[in-house]
Amino acid sequence: MSLAPSKRYGTVLPLAVACLFPAAGYADELNAADTAWILTSTVLVLFMTIPGLALFYGGLVRSKNVLSVLMQCFAITCLVSILWLVFVYGLAFGDGGSMNRWVGGFDQLMLANIGRDSLRGTIPESVFSMFQLTFAIITPALIVGAFAERMKFSAMLWFSALWLVLVYAPITHWVWGGGWLQEMGLLDFAGGTVVHVNAGAAALVAALVLGPRKGFATVAMPPHNMTMTVIGAAMLWVGWFGFNAGSALAANGDAGMAMLVTHISAAAGSLAWMTMEWMRHGKPSVLGVVTGMVAGLGTITPASGFVGPVGALIIGTSAGVICYVCTSFIKNTLKVDDSLDVFPVHGIGGILGTLLAGVFVGMLGGAGLAEGMTIGGQVRVQFIGVIATFVYGGILSWIILKLVDAVIGLRVSSDQETEGLDIVLHDEVGYNL
Amino acid sequence: MKLITAIIKPFKLDDVRVALSEIGVQGITVTEVKGFGRQKGHTELYRGAEYVVDFLPKVKIEIGVPSDKVETVIDAITGAANTGKIGDGKIFVTNLEQTIRIRTGETGRDAL
Repeated sequence: MSLAPSKRYGTVLPLAVACLFPAAGYADELNAADTAWILTSTVLVLFMTIPGLALFYGGLVRSKNVLSVLMQCFAITCLVSILWLVFVYGLAFGDGGSMNRWVGGFDQLMLANIGRDSLRGTIPESVFSMFQLTFAIITPALIVGAFAERMKFSAMLWFSALWLVLVYAPITHWVWGGGWLQEMGLLDFAGGTVVHVNAGAAALVAALVLGPRKGFATVAMPPHNMTMTVIGAAMLWVGWFGFNAGSALAANGDAGMAMLVTHISAAAGSLAWMTMEWMRHGKPSVLGVVTGMVAGLGTITPASGFVGPVGALIIGTSAGVICYVCTSFIKNTLKVDDSLDVFPVHGIGGILGTLLAGVFVGMLGGAGLAEGMTIGGQVRVQFIGVIATFVYGGILSWIILKLVDAVIGLRVSSDQETEGLDIVLHDEVGYNL
Repeated sequence: MKLITAIIKPFKLDDVRVALSEIGVQGITVTEVKGFGRQKGHTELYRGAEYVVDFLPKVKIEIGVPSDKVETVIDAITGAANTGKIGDGKIFVTNLEQTIRIRTGETGRDAL
């Protein structure tokens, strides 16, 4: 999903891609097939957040907080869209001049330089910008799961806006906008670092800074509507084809293979998580099977354009097992109330997938390493990408949360939390049955 | 007159209603309730978070009957609601001082 395909292919897959897809790599003409597919993918990725993720998360909270979660996902969608227009697209994908290794610039204020004829690779830049916007929407929306059921709505808006500008935009620029990680040859096809490690790090920090929900680990907080959660999860699976196969930024063999491996990994992650639960607790749970699916999808994301189907099977299976173990560990051993398990599913999945992308790009039907690169060398680059994202994102998230806490406060009062965010913050209730 | 209050498993409600109809019971009142007895609760597990659910859903049936029909009604309920497993529920029998049919003002056995 590099914004300069020729650059990515130039550094990463020089010969293979040039031979297979010369048009995709180098042409500066509009390609109607590519454009049609990215238009479609954009719709699919927006569909992941609203309604997919909103329903997935909404079902997992208690009924008194269902609207607050739907509202957070919806409001983030709107807020990020406006900020993207004003200046964030430029920060992520614009030209940063002498600072270009670190961040983009202000050359795209109000998307000033996007006209009907502007191209990015083989697609209109308007389509490219919209497609990327849907990624910028879902990433802060993923973090919602960590602070669900206790954060003030106003504080959530401030945090999401500042995080988008100070964390998401620069990291996106590092990885896809021509920044230092892209120069180094980091393989992140659709957002293992940019989306999943990034959201996971912020989620872990948010869970620690806000503290656990009142009654965490002593009071039962079961999901209030598992049916809603399963529907949302299934929408995520469908939407993820746009996320990963769309990140080829073309309608070509890369996109096709990305779709195939995405599907395999989702299925393998589901079965792996289900099997782990079945062995350890005696019963396979519905929440387990859909959570394993999300873990499989998050984990294949950075690797989706680079690995083959067998690599995807291994990636998905390891995602189901490792994310399952981490979820229990963080909740039951570390006692961290990352309420909807964002870090163990997306953060750990993103880390795992980014590292494994470096392994399976070079074997089992992968796209092949860059010339002169070894698997060990590539994994080292992947490791640097993960650490940089995690450390920068984690520290900045902590600073932003502390700042917002000092100015307006992060949490609702204890009484308000007991009463439920829907009625307290929105004067509405989810159900009048 | 007696008031029979039966706590049963929810999925046995239809069987019990049919059994009561067969012996000529003309009306019952049903409430969804929660509680625990020897069955205690159960555990639910969501992504490794285990919750003990203390109160299980049950159905409470209330029937006002003439004293001479108490045994028949009890037999019908126990016959229909019995699964042989723990948690089948209980039947309480209490004295019923008066019954009034609101529409006609009938009282006593005539109102049952």
